[in-house]
Amino acid sequence: MVRADPSPPMTAYLLKRLAIAFATLVLASMVVFAVLEILPGDPARLMLGMNASADQVELLRNQMGLNAPLAWRYLHWAGGLFSLDFGRSYTYSVPVIDLVRERLAVSLPLALVALALSTIIAIPVGLYSASRRGRAGDTVAMGAAQLGVAVPNFWFALMLIYVFAVWLRLVPAGGFPGWGAGAWPALKSLLLPAVALALPQAAILARVTRSALIEVLNEDYIRTARAKGLPYRAVLWRHALRNAMIPVLTILGLQFAFLLAGTIIIENVFYLPGLGRLVFQAITQRDLIVVESVVMLLVAAVIAVNLAVDLSYAVVDPRLRTRQ
Amino acid sequence: MTLHIDIPEETFVGILAKAFRNTAFVTGFVITVLILAMAVISYAWTPYDVTKLVIADKTQGPSLAHWFGTDHFGRDILSMVMVGARNSIAVALVAVGIGMGVGVPLGAFAAARGGLVDEALMRVNDLVFAFPALLSAIMITAIFGPGAVNAIIAIGIFNIPVFARVARAGALAVWPREFILAARAAGKSSAQISIEHVLPNIATLLVVQGTIQFALGILAEAGLSYLGLGAQPPMPSWGRMLFDAQTRMVVAPWMAIFPGMAIVVTVLGLNLLGDGIADILDPKSRRQR
Repeated sequence: MVRADPSPPMTAYLLKRLAIAFATLVLASMVVFAVLEILPGDPARLMLGMNASADQVELLRNQMGLNAPLAWRYLHWAGGLFSLDFGRSYTYSVPVIDLVRERLAVSLPLALVALALSTIIAIPVGLYSASRRGRAGDTVAMGAAQLGVAVPNFWFALMLIYVFAVWLRLVPAGGFPGWGAGAWPALKSLLLPAVALALPQAAILARVTRSALIEVLNEDYIRTARAKGLPYRAVLWRHALRNAMIPVLTILGLQFAFLLAGTIIIENVFYLPGLGRLVFQAITQRDLIVVESVVMLLVAAVIAVNLAVDLSYAVVDPRLRTRQ
Repeated sequence: MTLHIDIPEETFVGILAKAFRNTAFVTGFVITVLILAMAVISYAWTPYDVTKLVIADKTQGPSLAHWFGTDHFGRDILSMVMVGARNSIAVALVAVGIGMGVGVPLGAFAAARGGLVDEALMRVNDLVFAFPALLSAIMITAIFGPGAVNAIIAIGIFNIPVFARVARAGALAVWPREFILAARAAGKSSAQISIEHVLPNIATLLVVQGTIQFALGILAEAGLSYLGLGAQPPMPSWGRMLFDAQTRMVVAPWMAIFPGMAIVVTVLGLNLLGDGIADILDPKSRRQR
């Protein structure tokens, strides 16, 4: 191995996390495959319709590889995932990867804008509340956060549509013109969905940021930093916020999964042709191969983000690099 | 002379007095009781019959006769919100029951045994957490068919790892304590110790997590019903009402406003209640989400 490695515990930690993430991914793929195996309804029959003869269905089943042994089909499918060959959609008759790529162009910007919005709102609110703990500003901010946590994002979306699309006519009520229609119209139609996704998440994140900061602000080194004459603002940003990042990052990682799942409902509210709407329609149309692929993609994304969060702890907090 | 220090035991009356001074607890408690009362009353009485369609009264705005207005079939929204509460509460409550009933024993067992059993259980937990809960709930309800029972199962399954995690973490903190050692010396088995000594000591944590999951269950149920995967018509449900309202936002915004408010108020009440209980019984506790 690398002999000049400055911090062997870090490498071991990294390898262990990677191994766990990979094992989780493999197990998850087995679960997804198994669950869809027991799904009632024959895809071949669904494609051909009720009038097709048993022979025709059998022929198509053979063509689709549905009659091969279970283990072989799993390996074939799982192997395909690694080379991004997801197979062909039963209902759309195009490679799944093309569908995914097309839909990701909607869902990924949506999730990223929502995540950015939520962070931009939550961190300052958390900082403000923590530094004015117990005073009127804190009470108002945390009251708003408490309310934000209780609001279902799809209802919030409906209210946003009513105010900004029906009433003020500032943005479209739904639909997506496609990126080909120009960046601004496309972004405009993603604006309300992103806000609807972001606000409830921001409420949770603000609460976590506040309580993490309050815990840190009670530490001795904060008093030391103040005692040596550093201005309060500098202490808050440089010392307190950095040390409070671990719980905040953990929640951000978890929220990524929430955001991905949230897009399923939100994309349905706004009629956005994204990944969430794709998977929802695929489930109701029994387009198994699409469901399997998209679910695996989302699960892989969640695992990857959580791994990244785990590893970022070490970057944020140097103490964790050596302590194993 | 021996030094004797009195540690004041918190009495029931003392806790009660503290509870009444806690704004979050009182507000949350009142809201939760009102919502529960509303659901119970709906069995005996609602302002109008929710199964009767009165087309002549369709999409009327809020008035003295119909406080929350009427829907596109002329049904009274207030009555529907009342009946819908039953469904939301029942689904979320049973889902919490499933999560606690399976998750807590698993977590306690992992903490008591440690080693490989513990490691294996936590890896399974990781696995479940890797699936976005709502996505899996949609898959489960789509596979087994839409309906309230399948919604309960779908939401309940994802409560299991949450309670397993909380119970395990709580139990791990209790096991090294002296009274556990004493119980061991008295010859009690791990299972006995878990039930008699560990469980009472982590009850607060579990109750607080229970209110959080209850609230999340209400939100999840609303989401599933909105997608048409929860309770089926004619049984009114808050999520379904919002779905019906969506295409009629221009002519009848009240159809969306009131069921949504019902969800917000219920979830808010439960969250405040959880915050309050955590505050009263253990000032140092932080809520986990």
